[in-house]
Amino acid sequence: MIPRPRPKRFRLRRTMMFMNAQKPGLIKDAYIYGCDSIMLDLEDAVAENQKDAARFSLYHALKTIDYGSTEVIVRINGLDTPHWQEDIRVCVAGGADGIRIAKCESAQDVLTVEAAVLEAEREFGVEEGRTLLMAALESPKGIINAYEICTASKRMFGVAISGGDFRRCMGTKFTKDGVDLMVARGQMLIAARAAGIQCFDTVFTDLDDDEGFMAELMQNKAMGFDGKSLINPKQIRPVHDLLAPTEKEVIWATKVVEAYKEQSAAGVGVFTVDGKMIDIAFIPGAERTLRLAKACGMYEGDLV
Amino acid sequence: MKVEKTAVAGTLESSDLMVTVEPSSGGIEMDLSSSVINQYGRQIKAVVLETLERLDVKDCKLTIVDKGALDCTIKARVECAVFRSCGNSDKNIPWGGAVR
Repeated sequence: MIPRPRPKRFRLRRTMMFMNAQKPGLIKDAYIYGCDSIMLDLEDAVAENQKDAARFSLYHALKTIDYGSTEVIVRINGLDTPHWQEDIRVCVAGGADGIRIAKCESAQDVLTVEAAVLEAEREFGVEEGRTLLMAALESPKGIINAYEICTASKRMFGVAISGGDFRRCMGTKFTKDGVDLMVARGQMLIAARAAGIQCFDTVFTDLDDDEGFMAELMQNKAMGFDGKSLINPKQIRPVHDLLAPTEKEVIWATKVVEAYKEQSAAGVGVFTVDGKMIDIAFIPGAERTLRLAKACGMYEGDLV
Repeated sequence: MKVEKTAVAGTLESSDLMVTVEPSSGGIEMDLSSSVINQYGRQIKAVVLETLERLDVKDCKLTIVDKGALDCTIKARVECAVFRSCGNSDKNIPWGGAVR
């Protein structure tokens, strides 16, 4: 039995790789690929008549396999299915770091899951509040209610859009420039930022279209996503490379944070670094750059 | 638990195993074939028997086709097959109790 450390609500989540919880060959060594989080799936990847088997498989994987520093999230079945309550029991009993709520449409959906999670934490003697939550927004209603969903619980660490289901609801198809999801992505990002939680983009399903994948990643980065859902290990490296700060950015961020520490200790609020005005508003961004740099092995200092 | 009807769990994919349980009245009877029988046959049997003991299964006939599964997978498939044979694999599983 490997007890997992207490999950951190805010940590680096650039890459979340989906994996069928019913397939032992996949989940036994999922951590070797180096994604930040793995998403063990009890929902769409698992056939309706194997939902029970997937839970047994998930439970023992969670209890036995040492996933190291890789975060372990479980995608549970929707609240409109007969499966979600037992899904929550097994996630909590097994000690998953977090639960992804599929097809989330309202704050009430989050609260319903949270109540079941709390009940399971009490049943299995797990520290109350340990199990984190994230929501997948898969419908127009979910996007409209994004802000109330993001702020519904202290356990919420992020939201993700699920492109396939959303496009189906809208009667649209995948477009290369992302115009089909532009408003939905934007609204979700604004809601997540307003709530102070993270935001993740949908999967890119054409594994042979490297160019299209890169184009979507660049748009994700420009829009401000924290990370992306993935379906194949080969997608991990491009995301980590793209989100890695440049050397110049790391040097700049180091200077900014160092100068801020010095200046604020001396009672100065606004100052200049290399001729550019800096005040407290720049600090979270600079610290984020350093955290990313640290995760990529580009920064070894102790400012973050 | 009492194995009440024939039930199957698992697949024949690599790293998995397929477990079939059937009712029986003469103790535990196990028919095991495995791609790694020479290396791990005894270990697989031991894990299966421990799992059955935890589930308090006294009588059943097992047919197991193993494709190099880890112990945690063996436990998961045996448990699932037994719970299915009793028709209660969907709800209120004793996680951390008999299932651990």
